[in-house]
Amino acid sequence: MSLLDLANPSRFLTLTARLLPWLAAITAILLVYGLYLSAMAPDDYQQGATVKIMFIHVPNAWLSMFVWGIMSVASLGTLVWRHPLADVAAKAAAPIGASFTFLALLTGSLWGRPMWGTYWEWDARLTSVLILFLMYLGLIALWRAVEDPSRAARAAAVLTLVGALNLPIIKFSVDWWNTLHQPASVMRMGGPALDKAFLIPLLVMAIAFSFLFLTLHLAAMRNEILRRRVRSLQMMQARGHASEAASAGGAAKHVIGAV
Amino acid sequence: MSIGLDLGPYTSFIATAYLAAALVVVVLIGWVAIDYRQQKARLRLLEQSGVTRRSGRAAADIR
Repeated sequence: MSLLDLANPSRFLTLTARLLPWLAAITAILLVYGLYLSAMAPDDYQQGATVKIMFIHVPNAWLSMFVWGIMSVASLGTLVWRHPLADVAAKAAAPIGASFTFLALLTGSLWGRPMWGTYWEWDARLTSVLILFLMYLGLIALWRAVEDPSRAARAAAVLTLVGALNLPIIKFSVDWWNTLHQPASVMRMGGPALDKAFLIPLLVMAIAFSFLFLTLHLAAMRNEILRRRVRSLQMMQARGHASEAASAGGAAKHVIGAV
Repeated sequence: MSIGLDLGPYTSFIATAYLAAALVVVVLIGWVAIDYRQQKARLRLLEQSGVTRRSGRAAADIR
C-alpha cells in the first residue's frame, strides 16, 4: 500500500482498523514499562525524588512541540498539495497537542514549586510554552466556529503555519535569554548530559507517549472522517427533502391553477 | 500519600503530577471512544432513514 493509497479516506479507515489494536497494545506495554523504570529510578543528588516528575514532564514538553510540527506539515498538505486527509490530520491532532502542552505546563509547575520555590515564573521558556497552549486553544475554537470544514481548514492551516514560528523560540529560548528554566540536557550538541539511570526511563516514557499520540491521533482522524461522512449524508438528505418539497409545491400550484 | 515508594518530602507534588497525567490520558481515550460511538450511531440512523453513499455502500460501513 503506497502513501497515495492513504489519500483515500476509505482505505485509511481499513488500514487503521487493522493497526489500532496493535498500536494500543504497544502503547500500554511501553507505558507500564516506562512507569516501572520511573518508579525504580534513583533520586537525583540535587532534585531528590522530584526527578520522577521529569519522566512525564519532558516527554509531554517534547510532544507539545512535535504535535504542532505535525500540524504544520499537515497545513502545508492542505494549502499546497490539497491532500484530502491533511486537514483531518491537523484538526484531530490539536486537542491531543493541547492536552500534552497542558500536562507539560502543569507538571513543570509541580516540579518548579519545590525546586525553584515558585509554581510559575514569566521567563522565556515558560511564557513561550504558555503561548503555544493558547494557540492550540485558539485553533480548536476556530475549527468549532466555522461550520464548513474546507473553509475552516484553510484558515486553520494559515494560523498553524504562523504559530510554527513559536517552535524555534521555545526550543532556543533557554539559549537566547537568561531563563530560570535549565538548558537542554538530552537533545544537545555533545550528547545527553544525563546519567543512564535517568536517561533510559526518560527515553522509554518519551517513546511510550509518542506511541500514545500516534494511537490517539489515528483514532481521532477516523472519528473526523466519520463526522464528515455524517455531514455530507445529512446534506444529501436535506437536499432530497428540499427537492421533494419543491416538487410538491409545484404540484399544489398546478392544482390551484386548475381549480 | 504513599504509593509504596519513599518519595521523601515531595510526595504530594510527584503524586499529583502522575495522577494528573493519568487523568488527562484517560480523558483523551474516553473522548476518542465516545466520539467514535456517536459518529457510528449517527451513521446508523442515516442508514435507517434510507440515505446511502454515492458508492452505494451502507452509511455505517467504515471499511
